[in-house]
Amino acid sequence: MKISITVTLKKDVLDPQGKVVKQTLKNMGYNNIENVRQGKYFEIELNESDKNKTEKIINEFCEKLLANTIIENYTINYK
Amino acid sequence: MKSSVIVFPGSNCDRDVAVALEKFQIKNQMVWHDDVSLPKCDLVVLPGGFSYGDYLRSGCIASKSKIINSIIEHEKKGGLILGICNGFQILIETKLLPGTLLRNKKLKFLSKNVFLKVLNTSNKFCSNYKDKNIIELPIAHNEGNYFGNENLIKKLEDENLIAFKYCDKNGSIETKSNPNGSLNNIAGILNEKKNILGMMPHPERLIDPILSGEDGSMLFTSLLK
Repeated sequence: MKISITVTLKKDVLDPQGKVVKQTLKNMGYNNIENVRQGKYFEIELNESDKNKTEKIINEFCEKLLANTIIENYTINYK
Repeated sequence: MKSSVIVFPGSNCDRDVAVALEKFQIKNQMVWHDDVSLPKCDLVVLPGGFSYGDYLRSGCIASKSKIINSIIEHEKKGGLILGICNGFQILIETKLLPGTLLRNKKLKFLSKNVFLKVLNTSNKFCSNYKDKNIIELPIAHNEGNYFGNENLIKKLEDENLIAFKYCDKNGSIETKSNPNGSLNNIAGILNEKKNILGMMPHPERLIDPILSGEDGSMLFTSLLK
C-alpha cells in the first residue's frame, strides 16, 4: 500500500521559514499571496493490504516518529 | 564519580566534554549509541553536535537509538543525565524532558557567547553557582528556541525547574538578551526529580582560563559534591 503523509506546524506555532517564503513571493511581485506554511512530505510504501491495519501502523509512524505532536499536525493520504 | 558520554554519528562535542569531565577527576567512558547496555556510571552525558545530521528533527533519530532504553533505566534509578545542546534536543525527543525546541526565531545558526542567570542552584549540577549566578557561556545552535504550552511554562516557573535563563551582563532577563526567541528566555531546564539537566549553552567549552574562561567549570565541580 502507498501512503503519503504531510506534516505541518500547528496554526498557533510560528513558522519563520513559511514567513520568509511568503515575503519572498511577495517581493517577486505576487501581491495576492496571503499565507505560506512550510512542512514535510513523506511517501511510504507499506507491505500491508488490510486498510485497518495500515491505518493503525501509519498513525503510529506519525505519533512516534514523523511528527512532533506538540507543535505539528499530520495528514495522511491513502492512495 | 563515573560518567558515560554517549557518542552518536554526528556528535562533535563528545571529546570536548570528555576532556572537561576528566579534568575534574570524573572517570569517563565513551559509549557508542548502538550498544545496548550502559557501563556502570553515575552520570550520562549526551553531547552536543549534529546527530544524524539533524535529519527529520534535531535529536529525533538519536532518540530512537539502541542505547536509549538503558539511559531511561539509569534515570529511573535516580542516575544523573546531562544533555548539552544536541544532547538537550535528544532528551526532549526521548521525552525525558518536556516541551520542544524550535528553530531559532531569526532562522540563523547562532555561535557566540551569552550571559546566563542560574536560577536553580539546589540541584546536583548547579550548586557551585550559588556565589556566582550570572555567568557567560557559548551557544552554538540552530534549534534552541524552547517552546511549550502555557501550563508547562507555568509549571517550570512555579516549581523552579528552569536552571538557566538568557540575560544581559547585569543579570537582567529581557527580550533583547534572548538570542533565539525561547519562551521566558529559557536556556536550560531540569526534570521534576532534578536528576536531568538539559541546556543549550556549552559549559564544556569554558573550563580553562587559557581558553577564555572558567564559568563552565563550576557545573563539573558541582557534580563532584
